[in-house]
Amino acid sequence: MSSDSTYSTNDSTDNVTKGTMMSSIIAILRRPEVGAFVGMLLVFSFFGYFGFDRNFLSPFGTSSWVNAASTVGIIAIPVGFLMIAGELDISIGAVVPAAKMSIAIACGHYGLPILMGLLITFAIAAFIGWVNGTIVTRTNVPSLIVTLATLFAVSGLTLFLSLLLTDRTTQALYSPDWAKELFGAYHFWGFQSSVFWWVGLAIVFFLVLHHSPWGNWIFALGGDKESARNAGVPINRLKIALFMLASMAAALSGVSETILSNSATTTTNFALIFNTIIAVVVGGVLLTGGFGTVPGIFFGTATLGIVQQGIGYTPFDRNLSSLIIGVMLLIAVLMNNTFRRMATTMSTTKR
Amino acid sequence: MSDRIPILELRNVDKSFGPIDVLHDITLKVHEGEVLCLLGDNGAGKSTLIKTLAGVYIPNAGQILMDGEPIQFRNPRDAHNRGIATVHQFGGTYPLMSIGRNFFVGVEPTKGWGPFKMYDRRRANKISIRELQEFGITRVDDGDRLVGGLSGGERQSLSIARAVYFGARVLILDEPTAALGVKQAAHVLRIVNEAKRRGLAVIFITHQVMHALAVGDHFAVLIRGSIAADFRKGEKSREEITDLMAGGESMADLESNITSDIAI
Ligand SMILES: Nc1ncnc2c1ncn2[C@@H]1O[C@H](COP(=O)(O)OP(=O)(O)OP(=O)(O)O)[C@@H](O)[C@H]1O
Ligand SMILES: [Mg+2]
Repeated sequence: MSSDSTYSTNDSTDNVTKGTMMSSIIAILRRPEVGAFVGMLLVFSFFGYFGFDRNFLSPFGTSSWVNAASTVGIIAIPVGFLMIAGELDISIGAVVPAAKMSIAIACGHYGLPILMGLLITFAIAAFIGWVNGTIVTRTNVPSLIVTLATLFAVSGLTLFLSLLLTDRTTQALYSPDWAKELFGAYHFWGFQSSVFWWVGLAIVFFLVLHHSPWGNWIFALGGDKESARNAGVPINRLKIALFMLASMAAALSGVSETILSNSATTTTNFALIFNTIIAVVVGGVLLTGGFGTVPGIFFGTATLGIVQQGIGYTPFDRNLSSLIIGVMLLIAVLMNNTFRRMATTMSTTKR
Repeated sequence: MSDRIPILELRNVDKSFGPIDVLHDITLKVHEGEVLCLLGDNGAGKSTLIKTLAGVYIPNAGQILMDGEPIQFRNPRDAHNRGIATVHQFGGTYPLMSIGRNFFVGVEPTKGWGPFKMYDRRRANKISIRELQEFGITRVDDGDRLVGGLSGGERQSLSIARAVYFGARVLILDEPTAALGVKQAAHVLRIVNEAKRRGLAVIFITHQVMHALAVGDHFAVLIRGSIAADFRKGEKSREEITDLMAGGESMADLESNITSDIAI
């Protein structure tokens, strides 16, 4: 048997001490949330420069992209949690219109108080999330397929029930002042209420993921499900809770939009599905699960908002924003992969 | 020896999956401060046996006794809470989590109160590094380092240190040295000895006779789900053990295998 000393003179000891300073700087730059932040700054500078003449940097220009980012961002963080835990939820594209129609029909059509409408809407959303989570944990069918199924099921049901109950696919809703203020009003600089929800929730979710035991469980779940189970993490309950959270976040986003615009439609929001996934991936969450950060997702969402809204403030063609997003997404995925490879092979034996 | 009460004892345990019989009539004792090497060819049922001990499977027949009392593990958590810790081939560690976070998954230290209990990163890092260093991993000193950056042997050591820290009495290692190089494997074997010295019972699965002989006090050979041999250190020669491990293959074939194994 070899002694301690033979072991510790192993492979990369020397390299580690030599380049500590340099490598730690590189390590920081390579952290996905830092990458996402740098990406956001680059994109912001680009649009700030080319959009300067058309007031991209004015309060109105700022609130236009922040508002757009907030409706995606509220959903993107819980979807990011799911991705960290190794799952995906695309049913949110149907939960948003389902939530919009629920509150609009409950309060606009039947005249229930807003509070009741909110209760009903969030209960429905929680139920959809529970169904997603339960099917995924019981059957082990990949969540992409399960939530694809519920995406269609929920959107079909929304349309069917809307026609059955109100005979139409759009519904007006006029809300009392307090509900407007809280969920759907324009505040200073033109920021809508959902922006404050986004920022507030981001802080809460940040604390949950990075500073609470639950966050540790989410990472462990995505890192190695079986080990997490054996370590006593209630993995099925945790997964179901995460699906419920994503659904309820989608409902919040839908409710805010409905109260803001005073109307709801049944249209399934396919673009939102892609937008949340892009925000999460650009934000540095690994598609394979096990790693991701809330600040990263936040910056990723902001970047998406800047590109999608900012393009209108520049002389460039609108359609180019999709090109930019596509390129950005590819770069982000490549960077995330590099990060994972480096993190998992840093000082193991040379190959 | 035989008058001591074993920590774990199996009596006539059978386990089948539907029509497939995997374990027949297993009787086995595991003592404190001893390393039991579980040997056998691929598919012999070693993993099934230890999963039965770890509460993953419930035996179809027979009894499990802990400290002489009949017991039934309801699930892995139950077995875990009673001090049975399993460390899998890749250490059951999460490559993209820090050392401190890995160490405390499921039992995170917290500070603060009520719903504002926060994960205590500093304490987690301090304890995990201290425990690792006590197991001889002295070149790791930053609890924020991602576990993926550790070597295979260090990851195994982390898992073992973790199990010991949380009061494991029985440590089950399923092929811990399978993916490791010579030095790393030697290190894991040394840690197995350290765990034994601290009074744990260790169940060690391996396909490598050298590794088994280096740490084993007690050997049990499984062939097609039955115990084909159960003996103590020094009672059988290396050739006999190798022969048994391959489930009775001819000696000549084995010799050539062994020599080529060692050459690598
Ligand atoms: N859940 C299961 N359902 C059906 N058969 C199983 C199940 N688990 C194991 N088996 C069968 O039981 C037998 C023993 O498997 P086991 O994994 O215990 O072998 P092992 O001794 O650990 O082999 P190895 O050395 O390759 O790890 C194999 O034939 C396997 O196919
Ligand atoms: Mg096995």
